[in-house]
Amino acid sequence: MEPFTTHTGVGVPLRRSNVDTDQIIPAVYLKRVTRTGFEDGLFAAWRNDPSFVLNQAEYAAGSVLVAGPDFGTGSSREHAVWALQNYGFRAVISPRFADIFRGNSGKAGLVAAQVDEKVVQRLWDHLAENPGATVTVDLESRTVRAGEGPDAIEDSFDIDDYTRWRLLEGLDDIDITLSHADDITEFEQHRPAWKPVTQH
Amino acid sequence: MARAAGNPEVGGTPPRTLSEKVWDEHVVRSAEGEPDLLFIDLHLIHEVTSPQAFEGLRLAGRGVRRPDLTLATEDHNVPTVDWDKPIADPVSRTQVDTLRANAEEFGVRLHRLGDKEQGIVHIIGPQLGLTQPGMTIVCGDSHTSTHGAFGAIAFGIGTSEVEHVLATQTLMQTRPRTMAVTVNGSLPEGVTAKDLVLTLITHTGTGGGQGYIVEYRGQAIEELSMEGRMTVCNMSIEWGAKAGLIAPDQTTFDYIQGRQEAPTGADWDAAVAHWTSLRTDDGAEFDAEIVLDASTMTPFVTWGTNPGQGVPLGGTVPDPAAYEDDDDRVAAENALRYMDLQAGTPMREVSVDTVFVGSCTNGRIEDLRLAAEVLRGRTVDPDTRLLVVPGSARVRLQAEDEGLDVVFKEAGAEWRGAGCSMCLGMNPDQLQPGERSASTSNRNFEGRQGKGGRTHLVSVPVAAATAVRGTLSSPADLEPVQTQEA
Ligand code: SF4
Repeated sequence: MEPFTTHTGVGVPLRRSNVDTDQIIPAVYLKRVTRTGFEDGLFAAWRNDPSFVLNQAEYAAGSVLVAGPDFGTGSSREHAVWALQNYGFRAVISPRFADIFRGNSGKAGLVAAQVDEKVVQRLWDHLAENPGATVTVDLESRTVRAGEGPDAIEDSFDIDDYTRWRLLEGLDDIDITLSHADDITEFEQHRPAWKPVTQH
Repeated sequence: MARAAGNPEVGGTPPRTLSEKVWDEHVVRSAEGEPDLLFIDLHLIHEVTSPQAFEGLRLAGRGVRRPDLTLATEDHNVPTVDWDKPIADPVSRTQVDTLRANAEEFGVRLHRLGDKEQGIVHIIGPQLGLTQPGMTIVCGDSHTSTHGAFGAIAFGIGTSEVEHVLATQTLMQTRPRTMAVTVNGSLPEGVTAKDLVLTLITHTGTGGGQGYIVEYRGQAIEELSMEGRMTVCNMSIEWGAKAGLIAPDQTTFDYIQGRQEAPTGADWDAAVAHWTSLRTDDGAEFDAEIVLDASTMTPFVTWGTNPGQGVPLGGTVPDPAAYEDDDDRVAAENALRYMDLQAGTPMREVSVDTVFVGSCTNGRIEDLRLAAEVLRGRTVDPDTRLLVVPGSARVRLQAEDEGLDVVFKEAGAEWRGAGCSMCLGMNPDQLQPGERSASTSNRNFEGRQGKGGRTHLVSVPVAAATAVRGTLSSPADLEPVQTQEA
């Protein structure tokens, strides 16, 4: 996985709460067997609407999504994360993420930055007044930044320490776990024999 | 609360909750500042969220560590008609073929379409007796919480985690907080587990359980059958909970005993003794608690586009202006626009085009029996389509043994093969744009059942009565069936 330290890119204001995984990518787009190509399904139901934010030229090259609370609720589909990444997003900012979505983001290398609701509101206003403006997501200092001068927005975001460390280092979880293979083997030797198995 | 560790038999161990005990038993490794490394007892797999995980293994030259703790089935995109023929949709077929090839290559047991044990992943685990108390169970599907009904910690994972479990049989997980949902009293006649959980979700909102493992308890929960308990745990994710579980009791043991993969003889006794010890200790503390009264619950339906937007069937479509919170008001306005509903309309006047009985929420044999009870001697409204989709091939065969299929067909319903079907509309079972459904599934998100489709989540008796009347209804709204003697 590519390490993530800091990213500055066009901010996209998605003024909606409860953006569930069926909104991010509907099930009919989940049929690929690869990790790429899911950008065609991203926000599929809204992409036909000319007023939808990604259909406006200034935001089309966006890479930092700024969404309302409860982003990513619903299904466990990691395709939702891949669709955002395949489109070009590197980070999503929201006051609250669904657990599985946040976990999937951490595994796949998309930064899910949880900020105070007021910060989202200020970013929305800033991005609406300055279409195409950039937002910086700095994982090292755990801050989001946008704008300049007296109105500049700068605030901290939440991400758990372990995920942050892994993203900064670009580490693969499986490699880390396999370095503890002895612990797993030891554990397996003490499992009760009556636990079920799928093959006899 | 303080983290309890160590052997429960050692005196002085602080009292622990069910989920804490199960968690503690599965910690392979824990270190300061890191998530726990948890051992996974059962990993369930299906065609949609696994291809990229197997591909990852292949690229890294890794194998499946414990094929004997892994089970695969085909459910999400499979057709529910002509299931003995090649799958017509080429993209779905590729996904299913990919699963078959992966299962073969990595030595994973697979129940294919046409096999007696095929079905929705959360229906077949319990049915085979593989789902047992005290286990850790994961699957690349958010409704894995269903298995919590047995007192297991069960939760959905993403594809990267599927790969992690395949390679290591473990997962890195941060210990969630604990919550108790206590449901006192008894459910009134005709009110089901589905109504209970829909009432709860409207009470908490879709984010209310976030970060928690929830233990459902209290008289109403104890009185539920295993199937009803599965319906409740199934929808834990719909209010954001990490997992939901219920203490194992005699109802649990009776359900498991004698099933294909259940322990027998001395193993059974050892297992039951252990399962019994898992119950939450007296004096154990939860980080949060919600208390509800089942005796005041009524049939409950959703009007909006998330499962927390619901009202009693006897209620009306709410007025967005009545919401104090700005976000809630805007969400309600958006939902009513999408659902094409007017504030103040009685829910019973909402007419539906399609009724779907099925899914891992309500696609088990008891659900089909309940639906048949309402439909026996009645006919489906001529402007309404009723789709009955058993959750597994075994449920289908059992229903046919009991003659339920005949009741459905005589009423004018479509009787289908097993799978997820219209729960998520990945196969041809979809709503048309603008079509409205009453569905026994778990999600009413925009477009969930087909682009532009409008979904009302309901219980099985409400679904069946709605199919007869063509508008949202409960069995109490139906004319009595004319008997031969009358
Ligand atoms: S029935 Fe619906 S919710 Fe259940 S596993 Fe299938 S798609 Fe998921």
